[in-house]
Amino acid sequence: MIPAAFDYVRAGSAEEAISLVGQHGEDAKFLAGGHSLLPLMKLRLAQPSVLIDIGRVSDLSYIRDAGDHVAIGALTRHMDVENSDLLKQHVPLLAHATSHVGDPQVRHRGTIGGSIAHADPASDLPATTLALGATYVAQGPNGTREIAAGDFYQGFLTSSLAPDELLTEIRVPKMNGAGWNFQKFNRRAMDWAIVGVAAWRNNGDSGVALVNMASTPVLATSVSSALASGASIAEAAEQAAADADPQADLNASVEYRVHLAKVLTRRALEAASS
Amino acid sequence: MTVTQEPTRVIGQRLLRREDPALLTGEAKFTNDLPVTGALHLAVLRSPYAHARITSVDVSGALAVPGVRAAYSGADLSDQWGGPMPCAWPVTDDMKNPAHYPLATSKACYAGDGVACVLADSAIAARDALEAITVQYEPLEPVLDLEDALSDRVVIHDDLGTNTSYTWNLLVEDHDGAVDEAFAAAAHTVSERYIQQRLIPMAMEPRAVLAMPQPFGGDMTLYSTTQIPHILKVMVALTLGIPEHQMRVIAPSVGGGFGSKLNVYAEELLCVALARKHGVPVRWNEDRSENAMATIHGRGQVQRIELAADADGKLTAIRVRLIGDMGAYLQLVTPGIPLLGAFLYAGVYDLPKAYDFSCTSVFTTMTPTDAYRGAGRPEATFAIERAMDSLAAKIGVDPLELRRRNFIAVEKYPYEAYSGLVYDSGNHDGAATKAAEMLGYDELRARQGTQNANGSNKRLGIGVTSYFEMCGLAPSRVLASLNYSAGGWEAATVRVLPTSKVQVVTGSAPHGQGHETAWSMIVADKMGISPDDVDVLHSDTAIAPLGLDTYGSRSLPVGGVAIAMACDKVIDKAKQIAAHQLEASADDLEYAGGEFSVRGSPDKTMPLAAIAFEAFTAHNLPDGLEPNLEAQVTYDPPNFSWPFGTHMCAVEVDTETGQVDVLKYVAVDDCGVQVNPLIVDGQVHGGVVQGIGQALFEEAVYDTDGNLKTSTLAEYLVPAASDVPPIATGHTVTPSPTNQLGVKGIGEAGTIGAASTIINAVVDALSGLGVHDVPMPASPHNVWTAINAARANASGNNTIANNNNIGGSQ
Amino acid sequence: MRHDGFSVYLLDEPGGPKVEISVTVNGVSHTSDVEPRTLLVHYVREHLGLTGTNIGCDTSSCGACTLHLDGEAVKSCTVLAVQADGHDITTIEGMAAADGTLHPMQQAFMENHGLQCGYCTPGMVMAATSLLLENPNPTEHDVRIGLEGNLCRCTGYHNIVLSVLAAAAN
Repeated sequence: MIPAAFDYVRAGSAEEAISLVGQHGEDAKFLAGGHSLLPLMKLRLAQPSVLIDIGRVSDLSYIRDAGDHVAIGALTRHMDVENSDLLKQHVPLLAHATSHVGDPQVRHRGTIGGSIAHADPASDLPATTLALGATYVAQGPNGTREIAAGDFYQGFLTSSLAPDELLTEIRVPKMNGAGWNFQKFNRRAMDWAIVGVAAWRNNGDSGVALVNMASTPVLATSVSSALASGASIAEAAEQAAADADPQADLNASVEYRVHLAKVLTRRALEAASS
Repeated sequence: MTVTQEPTRVIGQRLLRREDPALLTGEAKFTNDLPVTGALHLAVLRSPYAHARITSVDVSGALAVPGVRAAYSGADLSDQWGGPMPCAWPVTDDMKNPAHYPLATSKACYAGDGVACVLADSAIAARDALEAITVQYEPLEPVLDLEDALSDRVVIHDDLGTNTSYTWNLLVEDHDGAVDEAFAAAAHTVSERYIQQRLIPMAMEPRAVLAMPQPFGGDMTLYSTTQIPHILKVMVALTLGIPEHQMRVIAPSVGGGFGSKLNVYAEELLCVALARKHGVPVRWNEDRSENAMATIHGRGQVQRIELAADADGKLTAIRVRLIGDMGAYLQLVTPGIPLLGAFLYAGVYDLPKAYDFSCTSVFTTMTPTDAYRGAGRPEATFAIERAMDSLAAKIGVDPLELRRRNFIAVEKYPYEAYSGLVYDSGNHDGAATKAAEMLGYDELRARQGTQNANGSNKRLGIGVTSYFEMCGLAPSRVLASLNYSAGGWEAATVRVLPTSKVQVVTGSAPHGQGHETAWSMIVADKMGISPDDVDVLHSDTAIAPLGLDTYGSRSLPVGGVAIAMACDKVIDKAKQIAAHQLEASADDLEYAGGEFSVRGSPDKTMPLAAIAFEAFTAHNLPDGLEPNLEAQVTYDPPNFSWPFGTHMCAVEVDTETGQVDVLKYVAVDDCGVQVNPLIVDGQVHGGVVQGIGQALFEEAVYDTDGNLKTSTLAEYLVPAASDVPPIATGHTVTPSPTNQLGVKGIGEAGTIGAASTIINAVVDALSGLGVHDVPMPASPHNVWTAINAARANASGNNTIANNNNIGGSQ
Repeated sequence: MRHDGFSVYLLDEPGGPKVEISVTVNGVSHTSDVEPRTLLVHYVREHLGLTGTNIGCDTSSCGACTLHLDGEAVKSCTVLAVQADGHDITTIEGMAAADGTLHPMQQAFMENHGLQCGYCTPGMVMAATSLLLENPNPTEHDVRIGLEGNLCRCTGYHNIVLSVLAAAAN
């Protein structure tokens, strides 16, 4: 299928992109790698009147050591995140989870910012950065602001980004040697997770987030609380779905999703603790 | 029987495929690749309703879209059709067949049924314009469940008055009441119900059509992604009233078919009719979601199979009741598909004349079904092989042992079966023994005992299937007895050109099978020349006017044998020329290595090249002999082809998640003499993975409104390399005694054997938990549900257990 | 021999408001005016006549349209032609040498019967070539995972995997 017709403009900088979206209004969409947006446009589930191509804003593609966190430019491609030595050293959970996104062709084009801004609860990176306590940086006409990952996801494919804001950076705290694991359960390797779990554990602290268990990625705070109060992994994992609100689809009933979330959370925590 | 294999034979070599360079470099042209100036692009508006009365169609909005040249409702085109779309297999005299036209006029009978169309300068404009057509529908209740369809609660085709298309029976009894008596006397019986879920063939190349008219001569050339250019030519000519001699059909490179391109489709007829009407080329390219909705589906059956056995587990009778899901209409061979399996529900087993088969087929408001790889035979094989495992469990014997007790013994071949069909050859124990060795059956059984006994969450299961492919369609008289409207012969021409290069013209039309390579090997082998000196022409009805095309694993055992026979005729004629030239008696001539020699006079020889040139110049031919060196053969096979084999696999089932991991898959196939073992293995690999697809991944799912929810490759799970195991292939060679090459078909064997092999293994892994069956696909969710149901059943809650017995249309 | 009956290949031009792009495809520079919604796969097929790149789905699932953008495999059905402006593209037509010698990956597919109908093959070859650039010594598992984005309905993948392993070994 072919997208519906649209006008195409190209931004050379973040500022220009924001200015363009101001000019073109709410029917305008940013185009980064296009791997979230173009499939929707081809099926005509999205019909923006204007596409603002930010793919050439080269200064938004970077992975930097920023002391207590690693700063990742929003236009950094999945393949570069996956293969980053800096991330493998300091945030190995994110590098690993990114290697599970889509397929190699998708990872050559898709960007971390595009994936997060799309706010798809079935995507791997929103949940993973949520588990890691990431902060997202958004730039708008009046400057930049930081948004905690926990405040970012508002609903299905809906984030707290204003229409004239551009996600520019993802700040991921260093894991400082925490144990970690990523469980992606699906029927074909290329597909979205039926249920996914990103988890890390460091002494008494932990972070667990769930993929595809609600209309947004889910931070399983009940699991972390249980662990913090001395519950065994198996006991804590029983709380995995306490913060979730899963839907049924072709691959799973609600009951099965809840069950999977518990099993996968247990497995992830066991692996993260070993 | 043995066939002497000479060391220099071309047949049997793993020759690389001559088709490959063009396909590997992008040089090959698929239908969608053929550029034409001035072609109009067709787009079809499809019903969003599964079942709805069409109250009005207004195409005027589309005409206002830039680039649009014409737009039509079904009613606008009703004068174009000489008759409804063809169904070539009226299986019974009273079969109900609703009139089916390329565009619906009064009623849409499935979501995807065409209701209007647009012609535009570009594909984009045509598609955009569909959104400007207004159709008013009066939605009606969908019919999605086969048993519900049978009840006629909602009748889909008003004029038929019923949803039942036909009931077809095959009762074979030694004496009246033999089946009932056998069941009454049986030491063991099993009665099982299986669902053959609907599958979507999903050939990687969606369909494409290009109709090229020649307005001032009246000729029409149709390019189509089809497996059947010859049948299509006849059917288009008949349906559109085009004189057949002015109709030419060409299948360029075709990107897979698996039965889905064995049809006459609405879009082919629309393109030809509109090209004729407008006097310009008209083309259409299917997108994937159209392919999922508007190209035929496969399978779709509810099966009930009952086995009766004596105390040793030897089968004494079989009873089968099928409900076949025809979908909304009868396509080309829709009604015959369940019947292709009717002769295989006893599998490879020695069954007395006590067989009771009945199939009732019904219309539903879903995409029409038709042939999909194996077509009726995977379904039959699945049922008998699953039921054999149930019987083995009931008796308490190893499933492989039960099979051995029932195999038709090798010394009984050729074997006249209960049905009257003669199975030409077989060595089932040989194939099973080889498969067991390759799998490490005994070791795995031992490991299974340990692993599953200790309460592991990863349970090991072993699956076995022994099968007959029953292919090589088909002896024309047998087809006549099944009410099929065509024959089963195949045509071949072998032509030695003046420079002694050889042209072969075949009526079988390949779409990935490697006919060019294999046919050149047959000719090279027969004529003692290099395969490089042989060209194979096909898939164009102007170049290869006679043929019945490619399906049912028929190309080699019918079309390939025809070529070998044509080679014999060419050699016979060449021998007359050589005898004349060498002044010898034809009886004294020997042909080997591409030349004739006179027995006893080794210096008196004449190579084929010289004979070919003599035949061309015709300066000195024997009296009465026609010039040129060419022979044509039309071969009607005396029997089906009976490849057989045993597949085995080992799976590990994660009982917490329901995930099935195929650890090892072994396929031992016996397709007689192998012309090119490289190609044979490839056919088995692909067939097995399609069977694994049915077993573990694939299902056409409709929602309660009758909309197809699996209309893309993101939702319909064709497995990728990452999702399937390597396939270990092995072979035994039992040549077919019914043809001179000793060959049998192989195209469908993998698919026929695979699904029951996998499901038997999954159930075997879980039987210790009380699981008796797992529906296909054995998705993690379905497996998990089956485990839960068994556990609930064990704790006395039968309600949940019964929920696992999924019925209906699936 | 396939007889498609055509000797001259001409191309359709889609209409609409255009954007000028310049790309290098298989070493040849092209400047074209394209509609913004033109997908890269339609650009190479319809504007440049490079029909070796095939279309098999609407959902970025099948990988039949895989080509190389700046040396990396991408699904050209999920890239707009305007996004490729200024970039270097290699399609299946650019893989064999000018003298007709097949690329080692193409040769490996031929020698291992890694194709049947050939429709997925160009995308498979492009994905496999990209895979080996990133992982020159893959295991069988690496190859299977590395080709997760490419569907084939004929081969069961067995011989495709062998082909890629053979190409890696050479």
